[in-house]
Amino acid sequence: MMKPDSIKSNEITDESEYQQRHQWRRNFLRGAILAGTAATTTMLYRRLAVPAGSIRQAAGKQTGSQPAADGAVTQPMPDYASPEGESATDYDDITGYNNFYEFSTSKEGVAPRAKNFVTRPWTVEVTGLVHKPRTFDLDELLALGVEERVYRFRCVEAWSMVIPWIGVPLSRLLSLVEPMGNAGFVAFQTLFDPQRMPNQRSSVLPWPYVEGLRLDEALHPLTLLSTGIYGKSLLPQNGAPIRLVVPWKYGFKSIKSVVKIRLVEQQPPTTWSDYAPEEYGFYSNVNPGVAHPRWSQARERRIGEWSMRNTLIFNGYADQVGSLYSNLDLRRYF
Amino acid sequence: MAEKIRRLIPDYQALLLFVNASIPALLLGWDAARGQLGTNPQEFAIRTTGMLTLICLVVTLAITPLRLTLQMPVLIRLRRMAGLFAFFYGCLHLLAYSWFDKELSLGAIVADSLQRPFIFLGMLAFLLMAPLAATSTNRMVQRLGGQKWRRLHRAVYPAAGAAALHYYILVKADTRLPLAFAGLLAILLGHRVVRSLRR
Repeated sequence: MMKPDSIKSNEITDESEYQQRHQWRRNFLRGAILAGTAATTTMLYRRLAVPAGSIRQAAGKQTGSQPAADGAVTQPMPDYASPEGESATDYDDITGYNNFYEFSTSKEGVAPRAKNFVTRPWTVEVTGLVHKPRTFDLDELLALGVEERVYRFRCVEAWSMVIPWIGVPLSRLLSLVEPMGNAGFVAFQTLFDPQRMPNQRSSVLPWPYVEGLRLDEALHPLTLLSTGIYGKSLLPQNGAPIRLVVPWKYGFKSIKSVVKIRLVEQQPPTTWSDYAPEEYGFYSNVNPGVAHPRWSQARERRIGEWSMRNTLIFNGYADQVGSLYSNLDLRRYF
Repeated sequence: MAEKIRRLIPDYQALLLFVNASIPALLLGWDAARGQLGTNPQEFAIRTTGMLTLICLVVTLAITPLRLTLQMPVLIRLRRMAGLFAFFYGCLHLLAYSWFDKELSLGAIVADSLQRPFIFLGMLAFLLMAPLAATSTNRMVQRLGGQKWRRLHRAVYPAAGAAALHYYILVKADTRLPLAFAGLLAILLGHRVVRSLRR
């Protein structure tokens, strides 16, 4: 250490300059902390508040390089199934905004988590009250002949899309197995494999997911077993490789990734109506006049449109399916 | 102007809170302006502003327990701003719902509030918060008197409870996140109950 008298007086920092430096250092530190917390908050917001569709778009256009549809579209699109004056929802929206609880309960979380879901080989077992029970390989199903159908799709959560499906009418498959006279209902089951469908390890819903239709509903020409959209094979988030489409019912009836179809005598259990019977009925026909206990079903948000639309009875397919329910009290059997 | 800003943000801690609590609103607005709110932008805006309201409510209610536990009396100065941010995001949430879901039809909003328990609870939480925001100024504290003011501002507890329940009822099946919020609130309210019983 220097002796005090060896320090020249002009080398001693004067009081005000010391204060200034101290002030400067403090301000620098404070600025750094402010910037650091602001960066952290921005990062947290970006991680936690992720809009649906954005992850997949950011991950690149791997969706564009999907193989073309398996099997050629053999039939022209039937006129009765095409919504008038409504345009099909964007492919990116259909494949980025999904309810598929087997992968994730957040709509934007399904696509990234289902990305590596392997759908080949895949078989659908058709059993129960049929004369010719049979297990179909996916290619055998496609060989039955796929058609394109543009349907409205109305989610029970009051949003909707217009989707150009391709698939096999369910009636074609059912006629091959020859239902017995006492068959009254058709029960469907999704794959149960927590290794491949990771959210089946959670207990948000009882697994496997099951759905059901009355036999006449299942045989209706609008009812489709879909294998693709926009002429491409289904992506996992949309229920690959094969899913049901019942366009006049709320979306959850259109069960995804089907592995079993059983014809039965009595009305089969169905996942959502077992989970909350007062909120979700077995029929779940789209009906603007019957509100969900927690929200109105009178209007819907069409994805891609700004204002809302009126919801139509039977989702606009009353002319085709209304007669199925002429003797049914739609309030009681919602 | 400078004086106004100084009153709004009196010190560094307040600046920290102000900047960080504003960031989500700025990012949401920025994304909205560029059309980057995803497939269902209206639903995303409603859900995000609701979450931010709940987060700000939790932060507001965490200040007193943290102040006492960490023995940092300086934190009390942040409580008003945190509460006002909760009200700010609550206003955005109500506006987004009224505009996007109800198309600004007052009749539809009132009917919805009376018919649907979860909307009723959300509206209740908002109506409980509004007078607290209105009486948050120093002048209002003086006018009401400390004790009366404190009693009035206990309405934040039922408001937070209603907000958490509002979120819980809304969810279809996966209740983990709403339960996490409810759990946090229970801890924060429990801290107060325990403290008042000890005295």
